[in-house]
Amino acid sequence: MTTALLSVQNLRVTFPTRQGAFQAVRGVSFDLGRERLGVVGESGSGKSMTGRAILGLVRPPGRVTADRLTLGDQSILNLPERQMRAIRGNRISMVMQDPKFSLNPVMRIGDQIIEAYRLHAGGGRDAARQKALDMLRAVQIRDPERVMGAYPHEVSGGMGQRIMIAMMLAPDPEILIADEPTSALDVSVRTEVLNIMDGLVRDRGMGLIFISHDLNLVAQFCDRVLIMYAGRVVETLAAKDLHNARHPYTQGLLNSLPRLDHPVERLAVLQRQDSWRDVPLQTDLPGGL
Amino acid sequence: MLTVTDLNVWFGYPPDRVDAVKAASFTVAQGESFGLVGESGSGKSTILRAITGLIDTWSGQIEVAGQAVAGRKRDRAFHKTVQMVFQDPYASLHPRHSVDRVLSETLKLQGMDDIDGRISRLLNDVGLGKGFRFRYPHQLSGGQRQRVAIARALAAEPKLLLLDEPTSALDVSVQAEILNLLTDLRAEHGLTYVMVSHDLAVVGHMCDRLAVMRGGRIEEIMTVDQLRHAGATQDYTRHLIAASAGYERS
Ligand SMILES: Nc1ncnc2c1ncn2[C@@H]1O[C@H](COP(=O)(O)OP(=O)(O)OP(=O)(O)O)[C@@H](O)[C@H]1O
Ligand SMILES: Nc1ncnc2c1ncn2[C@@H]1O[C@H](COP(=O)(O)OP(=O)(O)OP(=O)(O)O)[C@@H](O)[C@H]1O
Ligand SMILES: [Mg+2]
Ligand SMILES: [Mg+2]
Repeated sequence: MTTALLSVQNLRVTFPTRQGAFQAVRGVSFDLGRERLGVVGESGSGKSMTGRAILGLVRPPGRVTADRLTLGDQSILNLPERQMRAIRGNRISMVMQDPKFSLNPVMRIGDQIIEAYRLHAGGGRDAARQKALDMLRAVQIRDPERVMGAYPHEVSGGMGQRIMIAMMLAPDPEILIADEPTSALDVSVRTEVLNIMDGLVRDRGMGLIFISHDLNLVAQFCDRVLIMYAGRVVETLAAKDLHNARHPYTQGLLNSLPRLDHPVERLAVLQRQDSWRDVPLQTDLPGGL
Repeated sequence: MLTVTDLNVWFGYPPDRVDAVKAASFTVAQGESFGLVGESGSGKSTILRAITGLIDTWSGQIEVAGQAVAGRKRDRAFHKTVQMVFQDPYASLHPRHSVDRVLSETLKLQGMDDIDGRISRLLNDVGLGKGFRFRYPHQLSGGQRQRVAIARALAAEPKLLLLDEPTSALDVSVQAEILNLLTDLRAEHGLTYVMVSHDLAVVGHMCDRLAVMRGGRIEEIMTVDQLRHAGATQDYTRHLIAASAGYERS
């Protein structure tokens, strides 16, 4: 990793609650290069919130602070909304965890993709329409013509994910934050969708933040993995070493996976320790933080 | 417990008509756990939605606990017997209803007593502490919302649970807790499950038999034993099983 596309230092997201301030993200730091960075972790550990904070999408009363949040050499921490909008969906795109909820429910899918594309590339409607069809085909939508004319509630869960991916890739972003982008896809469609993202990283040097619960997939697809627990990064690993993780949380995750080739009566569950909330980071990798 | 015969489901009118499910038939015995897997967009959610009465454009027979159902009409007894966990928890939870309200309304509708105690137990069962009881959906993470949806379905103490990707938004440790909970409930109360999942290992762990779907049709119905031991007879199923071994960078 030479120059970082994105640099995050001591990122915090805080919400006021009845029980006092709740820190959803507690000091997350990492650099993103032209790589596939996996993020795995406990449900509620702040993965999505980290992505939202980078894009300035944390809704008040939530508050975002950081020692540094830079895109290239520009600080993007708490930018005014107008400037943030120029970055969002242009230089950085995010595929949301609830894709169908993030699409406009009263606008046809084709029009949404065409609009996203033209906002970035300009050009005529016909060319954009052709591009939209191509992209839907690329994400393995069987009948792209029909889907172009459909509304979000008329497509399946996995189709919604793929439509969102097609839309977010339309502007050719420098960075893609993909929040569980393939969780509703069958494995064969998933492979095709991953190949597209993989190609963008390899051929165009895009930086990819890939949030996922699928440990085996992350180990195979990503270069590096951050493990999050209770708002922090507790371990950073080369993806291929994921199965040799040292942190007890990560080890526990690996043990609770069901396996086709190894049936068990009951799945192993974690005995979570309070100390995991505050263990020091393990820095095995240079630049890993 | 559930018999589906020659089910066709369509949306819209020609020439734009979409045939989402074509001549699907399967039965699920009382106490059995049945998996639905297959291609994205192949009609898995549509089958579950037709069973619960969310779609009226279908033909064929659906029988639940010996009772045939028609169109979208379902009586209160049906919802006491059948509950569904939706693939998309955000869309199925009312944005302005707190977790407490979601659960208490379901409990009251089913005429349950000790609402307060039940809510605490349900939240505890799905691994959400007291602190979540008065939150609204937008104040929850994706996996927390999914667990609220599971708690709501369990609140009615149904006999048949239709689960659409119930653990796809959960990290694998929480997934293990939820799957163990479902296993226990099935053992204790003889619950019947129909579970949609793209994760063959989850289906292998939870189910006895499964149907493999593609393009609106059931391609094959097989036992989990066959799934584990390369017993698939259809090319598509073999392909699916082979692909689930993992991702290889090209
Ligand atoms: N508006 C809010 N007020 C208070 N807490 C909130 C709010 N929004 C989110 N949270 C909390 O912030 C924490 C982090 O949420 P986030 O969505 O980042 O989790 P996540 O790691 O993406 O989890 P999942 O894997 O379940 O999607 C969660 O515990 C959530 O309950
Ligand atoms: N309300 C609707 N109007 C029109 N078409 C619909 C509607 N609902 C579903 N469909 C279509 O029916 C087909 C089957 O959708 P369904 O949601 O059942 O797929 P699925 O197998 O659950 O897929 P996934 O695994 O991606 O969730 C899809 O082609 C979808 O576009
Ligand atoms: Mg999330
Ligand atoms: Mg579905």
